[in-house]
Amino acid sequence: MAYGIKLKVWGEYACFTRPEMKVERVSYDVITPSAARGVLEAIYWKPEIRWVIDRIHVFKPIRFDNIRRNELGNKLSSANVKKAMKDGKSPVEIFIEDNRQQRAATVLRAVAYGIEAHFEIRKGENNTAKHVEMFSRRARRGQYFHHPYLGCREFPAHFELVEEDFTDKSAFEDEDERDLGWMLHDIDFNNNMEARFFRAVMRNGVIDVPPFGAEEVVA
Amino acid sequence: MSAIQNRYEFVYFFDIENGNPNGDPDAGNMPRLDPETNLGLVTDVCLKRKVRNFVEIVKENQSPFEIYVREKAILNLTHERAHQAVGAGEKEEGKKRKGKGVEVEKARAWMCANFYDVRTFGAVMSTGVNCGQVRGPVQFTFGRSIDPIVPLEVSITRMAVATEKEAEAQSGDNRTMGRKHIVPYALYRAEGFISPHLAAQTGFSENDLELFWQALMNMFDHDHSAARGKMAARQLIVFKHDSALGNAPAHKLFDLVDAKLWDNTKPPRSFKDYGIIIGSAPDGVTIEEKI
Repeated sequence: MAYGIKLKVWGEYACFTRPEMKVERVSYDVITPSAARGVLEAIYWKPEIRWVIDRIHVFKPIRFDNIRRNELGNKLSSANVKKAMKDGKSPVEIFIEDNRQQRAATVLRAVAYGIEAHFEIRKGENNTAKHVEMFSRRARRGQYFHHPYLGCREFPAHFELVEEDFTDKSAFEDEDERDLGWMLHDIDFNNNMEARFFRAVMRNGVIDVPPFGAEEVVA
Repeated sequence: MSAIQNRYEFVYFFDIENGNPNGDPDAGNMPRLDPETNLGLVTDVCLKRKVRNFVEIVKENQSPFEIYVREKAILNLTHERAHQAVGAGEKEEGKKRKGKGVEVEKARAWMCANFYDVRTFGAVMSTGVNCGQVRGPVQFTFGRSIDPIVPLEVSITRMAVATEKEAEAQSGDNRTMGRKHIVPYALYRAEGFISPHLAAQTGFSENDLELFWQALMNMFDHDHSAARGKMAARQLIVFKHDSALGNAPAHKLFDLVDAKLWDNTKPPRSFKDYGIIIGSAPDGVTIEEKI
């Protein structure tokens, strides 16, 4: 585990939506490796590297809350856009009243996680020290490419680089094992956006994330 | 028009007097409440809607400030809208995607160039290609009241009925009762982030940013209604970083701003009951008080 980094992230709300409950969103109990990767990529990423999540520490108790909002029913239709691009005056618009869907979201409250990760070089020169240095420098100063978020953009993630070990006590410290069920690991972008899942088990507040290519990660 | 070059965070205070800032569809349109703390909530999408409406009114929905997600209530009569053609030659080589992707890319650029809300908040295009997504530079969080709120239910009567059947049932008395939910007073705080990197991808410029601040300062003045009572933007504190990546952690900047109740033995009933304290900015960050 050379070149690992540790990052603490926390926020008021979070919503790591379960793929089987997407319309009325229901969050997983904890952050998924995929969302954790997104947080890291928001801070530092280059096409040469790929972040790999090794471990997720869950510091705070798992609590849920319900929020119902008026949302838009459909997406921007590219046919309309094309038509308007051609003639330069056809209207492109959507009226929220005609397209309203009220959707509830079951979101997490007051979360804090520790993310342990490293990265793999995908191509180019093997310059790991540079990437670690750049990530750490940014995370230390609170710099980022865009503000990281916890599942949805309205739930921002505050973050802090942890140089030594996590000092936070986990609420699950005394719980030997809690099975969180099947959880999304990440999306396989090389393979037609196939979702892959793993069995998330939290031991004393820590979830060990198997490598993406491992046997226990199934589509 | 070039995109913005600095990272920004902002803290936005607005208050409400005898009105309902944001009803909860799950609770019969009562003001939204955080059930654990009784603090009031105003969702991100509620605030974005008001920004959109303000821009639509001010810019009369003309290119390049058209609004894509609209409300019929503020439909104006400018139906004749001409979109600008976007030069297809502006694309860098090497970013070409195959077939459909190029089309989507063009459509995306065209949408960003013409529509203020797409450029600012982003939008999702209904195509299978992954680049049909626009992530906007402006990220809003939920607004939340500084102190717990106690919504009041106000019963009202109407001297008319909607249907003949009702009239008959009341033998000509013709009265109906209704309910209004109000918050007597609350001061809300919302926070937000503006990323110059995402701005570069959508072309969100300094002018757009200026318009965005204008919207935050004035949007409640164009949003009066029976339900909302008196809402006003009270304070807008902007943290401008010297660099695109930023010079300080966002949460530390937000911690510099605090709203305090002068006398916590009484419930707050006006903005005068609060004092807003702003600390001093770290190096490389300037604090601008827009209001």
